[in-house]
Amino acid sequence: MVKPRIGGKAAPVSFRNVSKVYGGDVKAVDDVSLEVETGKLFTLLGPSGCGKTTMLRMIAGLEMATEGRIQIGDKDVTGLPATDRDVSMVFQSYALFPHMNVLQNVSYGLGFSGFKKAEAAERATAGLELVGLSGYGDRLPSELSGGQQQRVAVARALVLEPQVLLFDEPLSNLDAKLRRQVREEIREIQQNLGLTVVYVTHDQEEALAVSDRIVVMRNASIAQIGTPRELYDAPVDRFVADFIGEANLLPCEVVDIRDDEAEIAIGPYRHVLASRGLGTGTATLAARPSRVVLDAPGGFPAEVTKATYVGSRMEYTIEAAFGPLFAVREDVDHPLPVGRKVTVGLAATGPVLLPRG
Amino acid sequence: MRRVTSEATSHPVLIFWIIAGWVGFVVLPWYGIEDGIFSFDWLVDGFPFDTDYAPAAFLLGQGEKLWLAPLIAPLIAPWLVARRPKTDPLYAKVLILSGAFGFGWLIAQGFGIGIRGWSFDWLEALFGPLDDRQFGMGYGAMLLAASFLFLFTQGIAARGAINGDVFVVSAIGGVIAIVATFVFFPIAKMLTAAFITEEGGYSFGVFAGKFFDDRLWGLDCLINGGRCGVAWNSLFLAILVGVLTTALGLVFALVVTRSGFRYKRLVRALTVLPIITPPFVIGLALILLFGLSGSVNVFVADSFGVQPTRWLYGLPGILIAQVLAFTPIAFLVLIGVVEGVSPSMEEAAQTLRANRWQVFRTVTLPLIRPGLANAFLLGFIESMADFGNPLVLGGNYDVLSTEIFFAIVGAQYDQGRAAVLALVLLGFTLGAFYAQRFWLGKKSYTTVSGKGDSGVHPLMPKRLSLPVLAIAGLWGAFTIVVYGMILYGSVVELWGVNNTLTFKHYVTAFSVRLDEEGIRWTGSAWDSFWTTIKISAIAAPLTAAVGLVTAYLLTRQSFAGKNAFEFGTMLSFAIPGTVIGVSYILAFNVPPIELTGTGLILVISFIFRNMPVGVRAGIASMSQLDKSLDESSLTLGANSWQTFRKVILPLLRPAILAALVYSFVRAMTAISAVIFLVSAQYDMATSYIIGRVENNDYGLAIAYSTALIFVMLAAVGMLQLLVGKTRIGRRTHGNVGG
Repeated sequence: MVKPRIGGKAAPVSFRNVSKVYGGDVKAVDDVSLEVETGKLFTLLGPSGCGKTTMLRMIAGLEMATEGRIQIGDKDVTGLPATDRDVSMVFQSYALFPHMNVLQNVSYGLGFSGFKKAEAAERATAGLELVGLSGYGDRLPSELSGGQQQRVAVARALVLEPQVLLFDEPLSNLDAKLRRQVREEIREIQQNLGLTVVYVTHDQEEALAVSDRIVVMRNASIAQIGTPRELYDAPVDRFVADFIGEANLLPCEVVDIRDDEAEIAIGPYRHVLASRGLGTGTATLAARPSRVVLDAPGGFPAEVTKATYVGSRMEYTIEAAFGPLFAVREDVDHPLPVGRKVTVGLAATGPVLLPRG
Repeated sequence: MRRVTSEATSHPVLIFWIIAGWVGFVVLPWYGIEDGIFSFDWLVDGFPFDTDYAPAAFLLGQGEKLWLAPLIAPLIAPWLVARRPKTDPLYAKVLILSGAFGFGWLIAQGFGIGIRGWSFDWLEALFGPLDDRQFGMGYGAMLLAASFLFLFTQGIAARGAINGDVFVVSAIGGVIAIVATFVFFPIAKMLTAAFITEEGGYSFGVFAGKFFDDRLWGLDCLINGGRCGVAWNSLFLAILVGVLTTALGLVFALVVTRSGFRYKRLVRALTVLPIITPPFVIGLALILLFGLSGSVNVFVADSFGVQPTRWLYGLPGILIAQVLAFTPIAFLVLIGVVEGVSPSMEEAAQTLRANRWQVFRTVTLPLIRPGLANAFLLGFIESMADFGNPLVLGGNYDVLSTEIFFAIVGAQYDQGRAAVLALVLLGFTLGAFYAQRFWLGKKSYTTVSGKGDSGVHPLMPKRLSLPVLAIAGLWGAFTIVVYGMILYGSVVELWGVNNTLTFKHYVTAFSVRLDEEGIRWTGSAWDSFWTTIKISAIAAPLTAAVGLVTAYLLTRQSFAGKNAFEFGTMLSFAIPGTVIGVSYILAFNVPPIELTGTGLILVISFIFRNMPVGVRAGIASMSQLDKSLDESSLTLGANSWQTFRKVILPLLRPAILAALVYSFVRAMTAISAVIFLVSAQYDMATSYIIGRVENNDYGLAIAYSTALIFVMLAAVGMLQLLVGKTRIGRRTHGNVGG
């Protein structure tokens, strides 16, 4: 007998003008359109209450869209309940059934998909093997560690070979060390099997690490969609810049536009960077703490007000004419003392111009 | 690949209910059978052609009961869409129409045509005289009604209600239908009975005359030492009982949670007493102590050389009995509330320089105030509804619940008066119930958040602990004496006259003889004992099932009208047993539902009397199950019925057991509704005992009560053992689903 292999039947997901309204007036999701491509890992990222979990639950069929259409593969699933959708979900709490052992948990869904008992057990065993838990089938969920429970939950979802696999903050119940390992495993399985995955998190570092694309959400709508690199390096507005990695937002003056390049002024300091379609006038500059250069020649004046040693680097709060700035420096051997006057400049790459606002 | 039910063209559930409908129409006897369907005499006695036993189809075939003919159309229509997908609008439309029409027609013909032909004059005026009649509906009609109901709910589900979930929609429909039939319909029937004149017409004057009766609202006791109205008596008693039980309940709760008292487990164990004690037993024990020939009464009279009096009979007796009986209920409520006050609040107050007394007065007491009000209202409702103690101890102090009984069974036999009294009683209890749910419901401060709260409750301040411990000690001792009396009284020849010890009463009640035919149950109590066990054992699983399904709908589903649904299902908690009894007699004595005199009516009354217990047990344990368990089951392809059966039910095993045992035990101790509904064939233990009490046969009554208490103690003990075992068997899974 051929050993069953867990494969993927990945399909794209598309949202067309989808809204979700609770209780008549609370908009959880407001007119969102989104295309999740086949075999890609999309992350929904945003602060709590931004609608990301509602989006996920609408894909699962646990919430029904108030308006708009949702399509999975070439099928309109807008009105279908969860039971009828070819989607599996890994829950934040894992939601393993405590009265069933690991194998029963993993084969639970197979029973409803028309598999014979023996066949289901074989597939479930293959699924457990995939997540590295062969031999754990007889245990109860309560006898497993948090990381193992999480992997059982993944196996349980995977064996159904869903068109879309959903993760709802899957790492939030794990400790920091385990998180890195588990998220790498999830990413590896997703890429090996070519799964379409939609992943919800509020942790931007996690999002940057696992995603093909990140959908940043704010107030029930999409703020920006892009690859991790695009979001980090070219946020479209202050919200995204601030949410994806901390960014200093500095007021600046665009003094000159040449081709696609803008020359900006911050006090006496001059810097040239991509104009991103802006004209002359006031604008905002987003600069990551690591891209703020202290003691730069020709920089604007400021003063160190706080210096914190965090082991691998020094973190400084500096006070400039327009307000405080946050900067980090790798050089821990020669810390700058509080009260020291510095001149501040920007790294050649990294900082981006944003429209004022 | 997932099988998508919404596109499937075979619907096993639909086919099942269509066939069930046909079975009801063509196979089962249409009308109720005198000897009960399970006698099976009807099978050999002319079935299926004898019109007494004939199924509807055979009746029609013989040209009888032609008004049943229109039911054929909605029986055929569903076949036409049985192979269409659910998404087809025609599917939903046909099912809704045939279900609604069939169900509606069934009800209409049931109410329209009774034992004297047309039930309403206007029907006769419209269709001319009818020289035919029909009796109560039987199993055939019942099955057909269920079939139409579930065809209707499947149609509603197919239209997209609750995401097209057939199980949930059907469960809601089912619960609404049975609650409407067995709670709202009888109450409504009783309401109309209050307006019926002697000639059978309706008149508001009749109601007003009975309602504004001096016997009900008179205030003579305040003015010239006469007797007050029954309503005032009940109200006064209920308020006193509410206040006293709340105070005592708080005292015991404080002893258990805030004192160094060592035997806390013992105090907790006492809470099981009211559950296993038939309500009038305490009254009997009080008679043994304080009655005319009661030990204490006689002792005091002898010591002071005065005549022993009948002081116990009346308000004092009922009050003492009810406070004894209901204090544990207040304790149960208050211990949760007192424990629920977060210790960190009290610790915070202590660190803010309040001393123990100030902490208690400024933090603890205000936080438990809603709990106190809750306990008061429960005591109030219980006292209002109590029937056994006033019956045994009432003397000249009439209360509503007993007055209702005497209006029905006494010489006056006045259904209208019983209905009016029942309405007044219902008004009081519903008012308290409403206050409890809508006024207190929003005011609870105690929240068990599940977050670790490592603090410790501070002990009571000194000036509080001394009186509290003293009161608790005295009342505890009194309770023990009273229960000791029950045990002792059962083995005394004739109380107060001949105090020799004897097992005579037990022998009279429970003797058995072995002869060639096997065991002969010769004791006088066996009949009612086995009936009680049988009826309770049938009612218990049904109660638990209805309760748990309702709890599932309330905690796990959201649907339009859910609040009304919840109110309706919990309402029967506030309906006193006497009211249920009266309303059942009024509603189920005549077609279309004829149940009086059967065992079934007892079973049904228990189901709806005790359903709130099952609902509460279910809600309490279901809200501890994380909702993501259901959701993950749904995303794994199970439908909601499969989720309910495979995930929720197995996890609820302890709650199911508890609901089973408590509804069993409550059915065994019930008296107030039962006393109206028992018949010669189906006599229950409690009503048998009351009968003995009325014949002054106290020895036998107390012996029987004692035996009942031990049977129920065994049931509860077994539950504890089983539930303990299940917990161990499941190991701990507190970290899952958190």
